[in-house]
This record gives sequence, C-alpha cells and structure tokens, in this order.
Amino acid sequence: MPDANEDPPDIEDALVRRSTRIAPPAVLRSGREVMSVELALTVFRQMLRTRALEERSIKMSKSGEAYFWIGGPGEEALNVCLGLQVHKGQGPAHDYLHLHYRNAGVMLALGMPMIDHTRQLAMRWTDTHSRGRNFVGHYSVPAWNVVPVTSVIEVQFAMAPGTALVQKRHGQKHPAEAEGITVVIGGEAGTAEGDFETCLNWSTRPGLELPVLMLVTNNRFGISTDLDTVHTHRPVADRALPYGVRNETIDGNDPVATWNAINRAMRYCRRERKPFLLEAMVSRLHGHSSSSGAQRNWSDLDPLAAFEQKLIDAGAIDTATVRALKEDAKKEADAAVVQTMKEAEPTRDDVYAFTYAPSDVDAVYPKDYTGLPGVK
Amino acid sequence: MANMAQAVRMALHYGETHLGVTDVFGEDVGPPLGGVFTATQGLRTAWNTPLDERGIIGTAMGIAYAGGRPVCEIQFCDYAFNVLDMFKIAGNQRWASGGGYDMPLVVMTPNGAGIRGSLYHSHSFESWASRLPGWKVVMPSNALDAYGLMLAAIKDPNPVLVLLPKALLRARDTRLIPGEPADADELSRMIDAPVNDRAGWEPQWPDLGDHTVPIGSAALVREGTAGTVISYGRPLPVCAQAADELARDHGRTFDVIDLRSIFPYDWDTISKSVLKTGRVLIVNEDTEVTNFGEHLLRRVVDEHFYDLAVRPRTLMGKHVPGIGMNQNYEVNSVPQLGDVRTALWDLATEAA
Repeated sequence: MPDANEDPPDIEDALVRRSTRIAPPAVLRSGREVMSVELALTVFRQMLRTRALEERSIKMSKSGEAYFWIGGPGEEALNVCLGLQVHKGQGPAHDYLHLHYRNAGVMLALGMPMIDHTRQLAMRWTDTHSRGRNFVGHYSVPAWNVVPVTSVIEVQFAMAPGTALVQKRHGQKHPAEAEGITVVIGGEAGTAEGDFETCLNWSTRPGLELPVLMLVTNNRFGISTDLDTVHTHRPVADRALPYGVRNETIDGNDPVATWNAINRAMRYCRRERKPFLLEAMVSRLHGHSSSSGAQRNWSDLDPLAAFEQKLIDAGAIDTATVRALKEDAKKEADAAVVQTMKEAEPTRDDVYAFTYAPSDVDAVYPKDYTGLPGVK
Repeated sequence: MANMAQAVRMALHYGETHLGVTDVFGEDVGPPLGGVFTATQGLRTAWNTPLDERGIIGTAMGIAYAGGRPVCEIQFCDYAFNVLDMFKIAGNQRWASGGGYDMPLVVMTPNGAGIRGSLYHSHSFESWASRLPGWKVVMPSNALDAYGLMLAAIKDPNPVLVLLPKALLRARDTRLIPGEPADADELSRMIDAPVNDRAGWEPQWPDLGDHTVPIGSAALVREGTAGTVISYGRPLPVCAQAADELARDHGRTFDVIDLRSIFPYDWDTISKSVLKTGRVLIVNEDTEVTNFGEHLLRRVVDEHFYDLAVRPRTLMGKHVPGIGMNQNYEVNSVPQLGDVRTALWDLATEAA
C-alpha cells in the first residue's frame, strides 16, 4: 500500500482487467440501476476535474499558497450527480442550494470555473464568494441560488424550510414555475444537531409540506469521532420515519446508483412538493481537513478509481483517453492556481466593506459601514 | 393614543399593505392568539410556528434569501439565547458573501423586566445584541417610536432586531400614529380582538400613514444643563420622570436622551450633550457585567475625558442570574425611579 503522502497509484498499475469489447455499450448498469454511457462519461469527466481541483487544493495548503483546506475527495460521485441535476438559476423558480464545505464537485458540475475555488482558497480579494474572508468551499453564488456556506455544522438545515416555503408559494401562484426545490446537504455527524430535526419538522407541517431534498453524506466520521461511538446503528435515513418523510440510503460512491437515487428524490420533491431524505454512504479520502493533515486514506474505497475501472471494464473508455482527461483536469487546476496567485489580496481598507447594505432609513450608515458611529 | 402593542400591530399591517412584508410568524403569533402580547392580532400574513426558535430564525433567513420579507418573533428575548449563533450568521451573511447576499429580516422580541416575569421572562438582550455586527438593534420607549422604528426595520435591507420593552407594551402614547383615530376606545373596537371569541373576528384597520424613525437617530426628550442622561426602553420614561421631578423640586434640569437605536447609535447627539453638560449618566436595566452602557461610557471617557466636569457613571441591572419572582427581587435588581433620581442628584451636585 502506498504511503499516505504519495500520489495515487498510476492507472496502468491499478487496472486489474482490460476490456476486450470492440464496440462501447449504450448503458452502464449497477444492480437494477442504469445510466447511459454518454451521461456516465460526462459524470466521469466532472469527477476527474473535481478530484484534480481537490488534490491541487491540498497541495496549495501544504505549499503555503493557501492556509487551510477542507473539501470532499471521496464525495465526487455524489457531488457531480447532484450538480448536474440541479435546476440552476436565480429566484424561487429554480433550485436553492444550502451546501456544506465538501461540495466542490457540485459547483464544478454547475459550471463554476476552478479559479473561483482557488481564489477563495488563496484568500484573494477576487474571491467572489467571500472576498477572501471565508474558508475554501464556502461558496456563495446569488445567480445560482447558492446561499453562503457556513462552517457551523447543520445550521443550513434550519434555513432550508424558508427557501422551500417561498418556492412552494411561488409554484402555487405560477404553475409553470412550480418545480423549484431546496436542496440541503450536511454530514452525518451534523444530524446530531437539533437543526436537522428542525428541517424534518418544519418541512412536514400538515398541509404545508415543503419541497426539500435533505441530503446526508455519511462518511462515518465527525472530524475524528467514529459514527458508531456517538450514534445509533440505525441508518440516518430512518430519522425520516416518524415524520412520514420518504427516504433512502444509497451507495454514494456508485455514480450509477447515486444519479438515479437523486433523480428519483428530486422528481418526488418537484412534483409532490414534499420533502425527501437521502442518505449517501461516501468515502473520506483525505481526512477531515488540513487540520488533520489531509493525508490520503487508502483504506476507503475511491469512487473515482472504481468508476474508472467500471467504465474501462464496460469498454466505454480506454486508458489513453482516461490519461488525457486527467492531464486536462490537472492543467486546468494548475492554470487556475497560477492565475490566482497573481491576483490581489484584500487590504486594511477592505475590512468594513459589505457589512451593511445601503439603507434609506439609517441615519448613520446610509451607504455602508465605516466603523463605529461618529468616528471620523 | 395607541399602546405599544397596538402600534406594533399597526406597523405590521402597514408593512403588509405598503412595504411588502410577506410573513409575520413565530410561536402563537398567528390566530387565534395573535401573540402573547397581542402584537400580531388580525394580521393577514401571521402564522404559527413549531416551538422552535432556531427554526424561526433559520426559516426567516431562508425566506429572506428567496426574496420574501419576513418579520418573526421570539416570544420572549429570554428564549433567544439558543439562537445566538443563528443571529451571528444572519448578521454576517452580507459580509461573509462579499456583498453577494443581503439579509432583510426583522426579529422582534419583548425585552427586560417590569411584568414580574421571573427568571425566564425578564432578561435584557441589548448588550448581547450589541455584539452582533451586521445587525441593527432598536428599542422604542413609546408607541409612536415603536411604530416608526418598526417601519424603519421593515424598510431596512439589513437584519434588524426590535427589542420591545415588556413593561411598556400596554403604555399609551399621548401622540397619534398617522391615520389612527383619536379615540382610544374606537381604536380598540377596530383592532383588538374580543378576548373570549376570536373565531371569525376581523380587524377594521385605520387608513394608516407612514411615520419612519430613522435607525441611529436618538430623541432628546428633555433639555437641561445639570447633566446628561442616556437611556432607552423601560428606564427611559423613568429617567424623564426623575428629571422632571428634579427640575420641579430643585431647579436642576437635564438632557434626557432616548437612544432608540442601540446600534448604530447616535453618537453626535450624545457627544453634543456631553460637551454642553460635562456630566453623564447612562441608565439601562441589563446586567452590569458586561453591559452595552459600558461601551458608551468608554467612548465618553475616550473622547470627552477633558470635557467632563465629574466622573461619568452608569446605573444598570445587578449582575445576578435572573430576576427573582418576589417583587423585592425585581425592584432591587433593576433601576427604579428612586435609584435614578438619586443618581441624577448625585451627578448634578458633585463638586467639579
């Protein structure tokens, strides 16, 4: 087994079997689930890009180009399958995203350029998500209904009913725009917070059910605390049962299963205007964050390697193409970092900026915050 | 002639009909009760929530994200302590997102002592709230200001916390809200639900007008030369009464400043008065360690040390875990008229 600091094994060594197919198949299968090869290759490419960005991000944190890293290597399948199915846009006709900090793959799949991630990681003023104020992965994109990601665990579950409430009403007024849903994501450790229960409760008031897709990524650890030492052995998805919420636990490392499960859950939320709780079992390949070293954990299944093998086994892709895609993704990430490091950092003059919105009814701060009242 | 609860209700009605308020919600806020202090009776958009303060603030944030205009209530500010981190997050959304998201929500909550509310219905929250950058915090001391500050809070695109002094919620104003009938009984017949049978009741709202009290503007409610008193909320009318008594009985007059906005606060008004009198007393009922009044005291010392004739001082609530049920606890925990009168006399008569 490679050392934790080593790069992943080369694809040529990792391949156990080679496909002997001549013509590529039309679909990939995983149990009873099916995905077209065309879609699978799109998902695969986005997973590769996500992994390349995450690995470059870790290097940034270790090289001094950045300070703190946190992210989601191991959650690429779930993130990409989610991001590609979001109804992207602004306002209640589109989906709202209450993400957590392991969702780079969602954002890349939505169309975020890599540099929007590395700018935040490098704490640049050009970071449009937070102006260099927040940890990496704490995205904020009004044009895509991505509300600001917060480090505080699970508070996003308390906010989700609010956006969903507006969406439900909006759909009742405008039936042609009645499919916007709220997606809220957190880890399994966060479900210990009351805010998780808040979301279930507020989304199921009789006659006032809300279109919320609650996604729990279960990597079995809260920082270093093992799930089994602090939670019941019942699946997290069972927490939906007393609320009468539809639920499912899936293998979040399997893109075919994950795509279809998200698709089912989203369709249910869109059409029934009711909540769904989806628990996805996922890997955590680099620990909690750079605070725990971000070393590679080779014992967890790598969903990207597994999917690569599945595609090759099915004859949907060859190793040369895989290698080329990986190279492209690495180059894209490298270019983003090179450009990022040329860009300006915030200055002392930027400290107060964007504290308060301009207000016609504020005698002190009609424009923006300038420090304590009365200080010249 | 409205009382403060009626003024808040009318402000919310004006907000629903003129300012785009989409939701007024909280525990028991909707029918049949209309709020434990009846401040939300008869409102078209009022609805009841689960007993879940975190859900209330979180949902308000979500509504605001999605373009709604929420006003929510924490039933008593004593119950806001389990949402401090939600308050922090709501206050930082614009700053954290680099201007990407505004957070236009209003939270109102009854504040302070004076109704024999015992340990869990008597807290003061303004000192906690003053430590939430990104929020604006206001506290009226009369019905007209309650109306005006509520309208400002609704119009402001930032999160605004409206602290309503419990002890003054039934206090009538001598001034009329624009559009309010002059006869208090007539107003009551129009907008107060019958106590025993609220089913089917509908309010008859007066044709209300705009009256906005800008956030960050204090009111100089008395003018004088013997000293400056800075207060807000429940102790404010007590300060005014004490000043009136000392003017009548001893010819000592005071500037009495109703701060009205805790943050941002009206430093110009404070500063001008301190320059005029050279003597300062800050009065509130929050516990004295650590108190927002201490911040004001610090600025007075920092910026006006050489303008002061005598040491500046504070009169605040005792640093005890709560307000005890027995009246002897309450009256000896938070400043009363006699305490203010004594403090003002000492302030005015101390040799320079």
